[in-house]
Amino acid sequence: MDQPVRELSYAQAIQEAMAIAMEQDERVFLMGEDIGVYGGAFQVTGDLVERFGADRVIDTPISELGGAGVAVGAAVTGLRPIFEFQFSDFATLAMEQIVNQAAKMRYMLGGAVSVPVVMRFPAGSGTGAAAQHSQSLEAWLGHVPGLKVIQPATPHDAKGMLLAAVADPDPVMIFEHKLLYKMKGPVPEGYYTVPIGKAEIRRQGRDLTIVATSIMVHKALDAAETLEAEGIDVEVVDLRTIRPMDTQTVIDSVKKTSRLLCVYEGVKTLGVGAEVSAAIAESDAFDFLDAPIVRLGGAETPIPYNPELEKATVPQVPDIIKAARDLVSGRR
Amino acid sequence: MAQATAGKETGANLPFIYREYSPEQLRQALHKMYLIRRFEEGAEDSYTRGLIHGTMHLSIGQEASAMGICMPLTLDDQITSTHRGHGHCIAKGAEVAKMFAEFFGKTTGYCRGRGGSMHIADVTTGNLGANGIVGGGLPIAVGAALTAKRTKSERVVVSFFGDGANNEGAFHEALNMASIWKLPVIFVCENNGYGMSTSTARSTAVANIADRASAYAMPGVIVDGNNLSEVAEASHEAVKRARAGEGPTLIESKTYRHRGHSKSDRNRYRTKEEIEDWMTNRDPIMLYETQLQEFGVIDQAGIEGIREAVRQEIADAIEFAKTSPSPEIANLERYVYTEPL
Repeated sequence: MDQPVRELSYAQAIQEAMAIAMEQDERVFLMGEDIGVYGGAFQVTGDLVERFGADRVIDTPISELGGAGVAVGAAVTGLRPIFEFQFSDFATLAMEQIVNQAAKMRYMLGGAVSVPVVMRFPAGSGTGAAAQHSQSLEAWLGHVPGLKVIQPATPHDAKGMLLAAVADPDPVMIFEHKLLYKMKGPVPEGYYTVPIGKAEIRRQGRDLTIVATSIMVHKALDAAETLEAEGIDVEVVDLRTIRPMDTQTVIDSVKKTSRLLCVYEGVKTLGVGAEVSAAIAESDAFDFLDAPIVRLGGAETPIPYNPELEKATVPQVPDIIKAARDLVSGRR
Repeated sequence: MAQATAGKETGANLPFIYREYSPEQLRQALHKMYLIRRFEEGAEDSYTRGLIHGTMHLSIGQEASAMGICMPLTLDDQITSTHRGHGHCIAKGAEVAKMFAEFFGKTTGYCRGRGGSMHIADVTTGNLGANGIVGGGLPIAVGAALTAKRTKSERVVVSFFGDGANNEGAFHEALNMASIWKLPVIFVCENNGYGMSTSTARSTAVANIADRASAYAMPGVIVDGNNLSEVAEASHEAVKRARAGEGPTLIESKTYRHRGHSKSDRNRYRTKEEIEDWMTNRDPIMLYETQLQEFGVIDQAGIEGIREAVRQEIADAIEFAKTSPSPEIANLERYVYTEPL
């Protein structure tokens, strides 16, 4: 990539992607609650309303179901809406339109239409917002054929995957961890895309594969630094997309390292890690395993308010280090 | 187009459609209402014979509502429809052969056998699809209307829904957004008195669904849904308003379904007398036919001609469906995504 690269925050990268998409294509517009003059609950849309006007940066009423449906209807009839949920938790109010309509319309109509809608979901815990504003519900939507579900982990990917999502003819659900919004990283100027459905190896290693999503990629990389000092060589795979999942990259990695640790923030049971584990168990990589697969996921509780409890709900760097040590030393 | 003046009333005293449409258009409307009726009877018969599986929701008795709303619409205008949507699909211009093919699960069907009765659609004539979810089409119609407004097209969008949907959140959210953004959308509630078995009296806090319109600052119009002219007039007004950029209208079309809710209905919630009354005294096709004759638009021979033409059309359509190929199992996953993964 020969475009100049700057440091941008994850939120700035998303904002830049939306601006580029709107500059390039008159059909693209933004919808969401308080995304206009307020700039969005997390200031992701920021001042875009000043550049593009209130009829392309549309403040909706607090109507998640209706708003999602309007986005679906606009997409099906030729526009390219990017719909922001204020918090991913509010997807629960709009599941009808996401699951029954957006995901299925093309199939139900035998291919007569496409639904090129992008929905953005600020997700995850760590902000002290407790049980109804902190969930990681990506696996819910990952279960639905017809949707694509992505979790960019870096500013670079947040921009490139959003632009890929806008260009995609099918509904793409983007889960953005709120704690990533302020994280900075290199982001090329101008237009580029990062493909949906391709995992990325963030760190090469021989002893253990950690498959992580979203913010857990960074925690896994932190853990890998510590583990390296102890002589444990960790490979970190950033899954990036959970539907369609790039299982081949995971399989290839596990064949190399013979050990698999899945780290994700969503509730452990029936989560993304279950699918990754099953993909290995069902593949020829299974024969390469030297130890049982280990999953570190969210606790089986709602997200609590108390900061210490909240931290304990999701995997932290020391948890990853311990799990990795146990796996490599044969204690698992 | 005011040409149908052969009857006993003239000029301003004539019902709306006789002032607005040519005799040929009026006869075509009767033809389409028959087509809807016979299509559904044919579908019902095919179901009984085991040629169609699943379930279906028949709109027999509601034909004037579908037809009247669609009369002022152009091919470019769009609709969203409901689980009781066969009539809307035909009234908007779909071909019955491709509809039967869909019901038979064939590749020649509108949805290539993936949708069936409950998802019947014909995007080429502006039908964005029936919907299995009560109220599901309302926000989608608002989105389609947003497209119409943003692209500065003349298009209007009609969202058909039943009385049951008026108690869904989607109804309220959709009407509110359409109103604040002054979108070219027409909400058409076909109130047939029952959401499955529960009457509107038991389910709905207001006497008329149209009363809800005032909460969203739009006109609420009540029409006799079995009177084609009344329905068409209300639709005409609403379309005019929408095209002029004045925003949405809620039309409540009071009607009745002669059949049960679906194939599982034991009809325990309505009296025989009530059903009998609607069938014998308020059948929309019978009412329209009588009126057409009164105004001299058609004679008995003309009516017989339409009936025979429709009979043949339905027979041919069923034959087309029967002889069409079924989808290949190998293509099960086709159409999940636009580009294969």
